[in-house]
Amino acid sequence: MPKELVYSDPTIRRILRDVRTIAMVGASPTWNRPSHFAMKYMQTKGYRVIPVNPKAAGQEILGERVYASLAEVPDRIDMVQVFRNSEAAGPITDEAIALAREKGIRVLWMQLGVRNGAAAARAEAAGLEVIMDRCPKIEYGRLHSELSWGGFNSRVITSRRPKLRIWS
Amino acid sequence: MSEKGGGGNPASFGFETRMIHAGSPPEPVTGARQTPIYQNVGYVFHDADHAASLYNLQTFGFIYSRLTNPTVSALEERIASLEDGRGATCCASGHAAQLLAFFAFMEPGDAFVASNRLYGGSITQFTKTFRKFDWHAHIVDVDDLEAVRAAITPRCKALFVESLANPGGMVSDLEALAAVAHEAGILFIVDNTLATPYLCRPIEWGADLVVHSTTKFMAGSGTSVGGCVVDSGKFDWAQNDKYSGLTAPEPAYHGISFYETFGDLAYTNHAHAVGLRDLGPTMAPMNAFLTLLGCETLALRMERHCDNALAVAQFLSRHPGVAWVSFPGLPDNPYRARAEKYLAGRYGSLFTFGVKGGYAMGMKVVESCELWSHLANIGDTRSLILHPASTTHRQLTEEQREAAGAGDDTVRLSVGLETVEDIIADLDQALRRAMAASGKAAD
Repeated sequence: MPKELVYSDPTIRRILRDVRTIAMVGASPTWNRPSHFAMKYMQTKGYRVIPVNPKAAGQEILGERVYASLAEVPDRIDMVQVFRNSEAAGPITDEAIALAREKGIRVLWMQLGVRNGAAAARAEAAGLEVIMDRCPKIEYGRLHSELSWGGFNSRVITSRRPKLRIWS
Repeated sequence: MSEKGGGGNPASFGFETRMIHAGSPPEPVTGARQTPIYQNVGYVFHDADHAASLYNLQTFGFIYSRLTNPTVSALEERIASLEDGRGATCCASGHAAQLLAFFAFMEPGDAFVASNRLYGGSITQFTKTFRKFDWHAHIVDVDDLEAVRAAITPRCKALFVESLANPGGMVSDLEALAAVAHEAGILFIVDNTLATPYLCRPIEWGADLVVHSTTKFMAGSGTSVGGCVVDSGKFDWAQNDKYSGLTAPEPAYHGISFYETFGDLAYTNHAHAVGLRDLGPTMAPMNAFLTLLGCETLALRMERHCDNALAVAQFLSRHPGVAWVSFPGLPDNPYRARAEKYLAGRYGSLFTFGVKGGYAMGMKVVESCELWSHLANIGDTRSLILHPASTTHRQLTEEQREAAGAGDDTVRLSVGLETVEDIIADLDQALRRAMAASGKAAD
């Protein structure tokens, strides 16, 4: 089993605070697939999630048009989220690096279970911040006490009173 | 807070900090510092889409207190943190926790291997009541690793032991047993009720699930019945075809596979969304609150429980009315080395001793106590005494009682937190009264 990757909570908090637009490569139009769950959740937390999936290009997922590749996304992208397997993460990473300056891509995030060390090294060398083997939905929920509602160990301990967000 | 400093990160907080704080940040609406008792059943949805997302398990949140409740969730996170697990599911009792633990993956005709030294109530649940589901427990001596291997038949899905056995005080060789289970591709489940995570964290030795009766040392004052299943999050449910309960499409949730969809959250999500939903043994919010209070002092109480128990065991080992003492802290005890390894050099506070004079003498000692309470609980602040053969273990055969360390002459003690001289003095007078009575009877 590979060694556990360690990212500090402040690092994850900063990324999730600064990122507003996420290009989700591998977003599924099928409502009960894990990527669809994650996309819907991130939308409710105020993120714009742009689905990228050549098999569903031109369709809409959760109100957003699906693009065939990152290059075809007309908008700026803060973070590329890889919802594909570890091998597929390689070419996706290279595309993100090539587009980083043009689109404003700052973060490359590989989904829980997805690891590609070589791709991560290339992205980091190109100035991108890389997270691997984590789910943004789970991390968001973990750092905002929502994961705790399900009986999970958030590993967050604080005596600070949380700031209330007004529900929309 | 520096990003490198790891503030709020895993290993940076100690056990005592987590026993007070884990799961219980200030309540955001009022700032209440102690976890509120959410004595509440339903939770208002924002709108129909939010309700649908919750029912589809697409988002985090509360639906109905049979599944989750904020006070119970706080306790679940507290225990998951203390055991260093991924998540926990609290339920109505320790027995409910055992049912819930197996329910996720057992099918009719399936089997598991369990220790012959388990608490008598567990043996009865496993061998009698579980039979009604066509689940089969193979009961073996887990000190015999070859016997354990031989008992793992093709339909076996788990190996179940206690870290510290009730009432015999035997310590299981967790690391070796975990290796045997994992070689066979099956789960290793550890009942950690008597040791508590303060003395032993079975996940560190390879346990995949940890179960508790929180009624005992966790709650600590004999106020609240409860149980808990902790998932390590480390078991690969897809390594073979035994665990389709977690890997196959779940018809009641639109065909999602829990393992594919939730990864290392799968087991705990399943235990709530299917286990508690359909079996229904929910922990009451008030019990969760009282158990959270108990957890806040767990380390302090366990240290004193263990100190007092060692003093009582040493006293009994020199007493003329006592035939034997089964306490892993005594020099000649065969489990002492394992206690050093697995229980951080402490020995728990529950053990047995044998009276000279058998069944009648055992009952007489119990009846002669003035400070020790004669009742069927353990892990209380109060010192508790029981004669297992005539009470908790009476449903077992004589052979099963002997194997479980609960023979006719056996008296079980759960040593409390009273002044240790008072604890010892009361036991001494009870033994002497019983000896005098049996002496008279002999005349």
